[in-house]
Amino acid sequence: MFQHDRLNSEITLLQKIKNLDYMLLISVTLLSVISVFVMYSTDGGEILFHTKNHFLKLAVFFPLMIFVAFFNIKFWHNFSYIIYFIVILLLIYVSFFGIKASGSQRWMDVYFFVLQPSELMKIAIIMCLAKYYHRLKVESVNSFTSITIVLSVILIPTIFVVSQPDLGTSILIALSGLIILWLGGVKIKYFIYSFITFLISLPFIISFLKPYQKLRILTFLDPDRDPLGAGYQIIQSKIAIGSGGLDGKGFLKGTQSYLDFLPEKHTDFIFTLFSEEFGFIGSVGLLILYSIIIFRIIRIGSISRSNFARLFCFGYAFAIFIYIVVNLSMVLGLLPIVGSPLPIMSYGGSSMLATMIGFGIVLSAKINHKQIIA
Amino acid sequence: MKEFHIKQMIKSNSGIRKTDVINRRMFIIGAAKLVVFTGIIARLFSLQINENKKYLTLSDKNRIREWKLPPIRGNIVDYFGNVIAGNLKVYQLHIIPEQVENFNYLLVRLKNLLNLSENKIARINKLKAELKPWDSIIVSENLTWSQFVKINNYLYDLVGVKPVMTISRNYPFNDVYTHVLGYVSQPNEQEILNNQIIQERFVPGIKIGKLGLEKKLENHLIGTNAIQRYEVNAYGKRINQLEHQKGIQGSKIRLTVDTEIQKACRELLNEKAGSISVMDVYTGDIIAMYSSPSYDPNLFLFGISQDEWQLIRNNPLKPLINKTLSGLYSPGSTIKPIVALSALENNVIDTKFKVKCTGKMELYGQTFHCWKEKGHGWVSLKNAMKQSCDTYFYEVSRLLGVDRLYITAKKFGLGKKVLGEYFDNEKKGLFPNTKWKKNNLGRGWVLGETLITGIGQGYIQSTPLQLCMMTAQIANGGYAIKPKIIVDSNPISYEDAKQSMESGLLFDSNSDSLLDKKLFKNKKNIKIVQEAMFASTNERFGTSYKSRIDDTKYQFAGKTGTAQVKKISKRERELDLELEQIPYKDRDHALYVAYGPYINPRYALSIIVEHGGSGSKAAAPIAKKLFKLIIDRHELRNKQSNFERITI
Repeated sequence: MFQHDRLNSEITLLQKIKNLDYMLLISVTLLSVISVFVMYSTDGGEILFHTKNHFLKLAVFFPLMIFVAFFNIKFWHNFSYIIYFIVILLLIYVSFFGIKASGSQRWMDVYFFVLQPSELMKIAIIMCLAKYYHRLKVESVNSFTSITIVLSVILIPTIFVVSQPDLGTSILIALSGLIILWLGGVKIKYFIYSFITFLISLPFIISFLKPYQKLRILTFLDPDRDPLGAGYQIIQSKIAIGSGGLDGKGFLKGTQSYLDFLPEKHTDFIFTLFSEEFGFIGSVGLLILYSIIIFRIIRIGSISRSNFARLFCFGYAFAIFIYIVVNLSMVLGLLPIVGSPLPIMSYGGSSMLATMIGFGIVLSAKINHKQIIA
Repeated sequence: MKEFHIKQMIKSNSGIRKTDVINRRMFIIGAAKLVVFTGIIARLFSLQINENKKYLTLSDKNRIREWKLPPIRGNIVDYFGNVIAGNLKVYQLHIIPEQVENFNYLLVRLKNLLNLSENKIARINKLKAELKPWDSIIVSENLTWSQFVKINNYLYDLVGVKPVMTISRNYPFNDVYTHVLGYVSQPNEQEILNNQIIQERFVPGIKIGKLGLEKKLENHLIGTNAIQRYEVNAYGKRINQLEHQKGIQGSKIRLTVDTEIQKACRELLNEKAGSISVMDVYTGDIIAMYSSPSYDPNLFLFGISQDEWQLIRNNPLKPLINKTLSGLYSPGSTIKPIVALSALENNVIDTKFKVKCTGKMELYGQTFHCWKEKGHGWVSLKNAMKQSCDTYFYEVSRLLGVDRLYITAKKFGLGKKVLGEYFDNEKKGLFPNTKWKKNNLGRGWVLGETLITGIGQGYIQSTPLQLCMMTAQIANGGYAIKPKIIVDSNPISYEDAKQSMESGLLFDSNSDSLLDKKLFKNKKNIKIVQEAMFASTNERFGTSYKSRIDDTKYQFAGKTGTAQVKKISKRERELDLELEQIPYKDRDHALYVAYGPYINPRYALSIIVEHGGSGSKAAAPIAKKLFKLIIDRHELRNKQSNFERITI
């Protein structure tokens, strides 16, 4: 198949390398380098467990991104559904045989590292729906059948992930799916109606939340109600960010993290440490870097000739954006705490794997942007 | 083929339409993204730029923790600057559990090295369980030097052990000043709550005054904490020291007491229960104030052992009672100078007034005995005082009446606290009058009670310090003094005090004004009483004649007193038992008040020996020994008077 595609598209390996999007590549590389340094800081200025592993994962997954990019976008189109089903199977597998940790069951041991299939679903759902809308006739977009199918495609993994339980990831999966619906042309009024319905049923939904999730919402509304318990994370996070000031406390000088006041500083709260050490200037710089990445992905999408590539790129750009927004809003105290990593920066193999695969597919779309997919 | 092309065209056509939709929708999202990112940047700006100060403070509050160290107490010095309550380096042994490799092994080693009891080991294990692993456990608060050396020698084998040098209160004269100074020990909850300053400066291991001046002057003595600022992590563990702020030692307090004389008092009352007070008759400076027996306040510093405590508590001579201030005694014949003075002042008697003593006096069918069974015959004031004739004073008080006596006695300080503001345990005693009895006992005054009040028995109760002040005020010519034990910011010299008194005014250092403190109506009367007291000590047949000093430099005047503890039955009176034959508890208290030198008096004293027998045998000889020392040290004291002024 690979051979066939390559012949078909008449693109040589050299051309592929030439056609890579270097703007995106440089940005991702830069982000990776920053992430290693920040991880080094979370380890207290020593090369310890997290720094080593993070670097190792980058060393594996960065080449993997290039590897993914070298497959024709058509290949990814063809395999989209299959990938989606494989990830669904993995989700089913973890819901029965997964590794339990801190009260949830969402991981599986794949020998060289612990995989979290829900992270892969963030990409798989975009691929699956991009392919679906690519193939769907414009006229059928708003048909009952298609909307039913699409909603099922979103709901099935979401329900699996919610039941792990992992509210954060499930929300991200659902949002990644919904954005493709939006891009695919589902009527705006449907979105508005659903949003209103959602708002009305919100109290009802909240009553279904687990006690700890309700607590998070209460804590979000008033972090000082339990400053040493539920509110601790967000209070300490705000202190760290706020005390960073304009130019930060300096690399390896973030007292909040160095003295262990910051919780989860390797994963979800990595931005807090970054912001404490590099201040407002550093934080805005990081946001600009992310914006460049998002912009490049949109740009690649908009030059793609196939709607699959276009939908995937736009969808993925939005997903990256949503990951960043959810993560930053959380650490800045704008949203309740839901587990959601910051792409590339946060420690965590599955998230990085998924993100790199996503970038890889985007790069593949760039290389093959003239590719028409029937 | 053609069909295929058309199909292709339709497809691509619909493809283009779809692309339009996607692009349009993308544009809307892109705009939304921009808004959201702007929002996030605004939030970052508000946290990091607008509220930076607030969060920096919070971050510092997180990471910086202060450790207060125990403040160093101010020294208390005697009049000559000798430290009587100071601070000593003590050697302590701390264990830091997290550094210990094998805790049980360490305990076994320490047990052998320091002879720790099983009890102590159990307590250490309990502490270990309660404290954080990086908090140090104090194994021993006060190691001897040899133990400290031993520990240091074996330190290589005692991983996690920290020998520490710290500062602790120390009383170099042991039991000599206990009843003046009190002692310090660990505060209890109530004491911390009641005193704002202790509350602020409290640290584990702080010692506060529990008694005496240590307690009363707590706020001056306590000092301020040294503060160590450490950077700590989220678990409270110290990471590194940022700052060390030195504390200020508490104020130095200078007392009016003389350690040499205080020590002599201790020797003179050795193994006796009693009290000696010595006072400057012009300035009111307390030169010595010793209550016997005493106890070693150093025992309380690190927690007194049960055995030692029981020994002090169960001692029949009652070392815990400050007899000088809280001991209430019948003054016995030592009251007679006041009775005489009151009678003279009220023109009830004159020097020529005589009473015939037959050894007893009958009044309304009741017999009042003179101590001398055979009687003194016709006695005048001077002889009556000299030989302490009870009959004479029965008659004088009968003529005087208790209410007039009360007024004079009150003027001279009986029935009032002497040092009230400094000692919580001081008692004010009692001088009765008719009104008092009516109000308190509900019965009318009986004349017989006037008679026995006149010889210092009955309801009357006084503290040794009151008797000392009474004597001092007779000695200085009849002027009120304000006794004090602390050299204050405005010490009055003896010359100033004397001059102001003799000009009829007394300089009051507290109110900065001259106040009339004349206690007499006719100065001659004071002189008469002084002469009578002189006779009592320095003329033949005087009750304290045997204790006299002929050298005018040391010559003193005084009055003995023997206070009955128990009513003497007729039988006992007939037996006239020797002291040793009477059970200790039933023996009379021996008292003596005196002042000297007789020419130009400077010092007054009062001595009481509980159950010592007669004043002339048990108390007066002590005065003889003491006066020599007191007057010998007079020159030294005079030179010393202005060496340092301390503000408290």
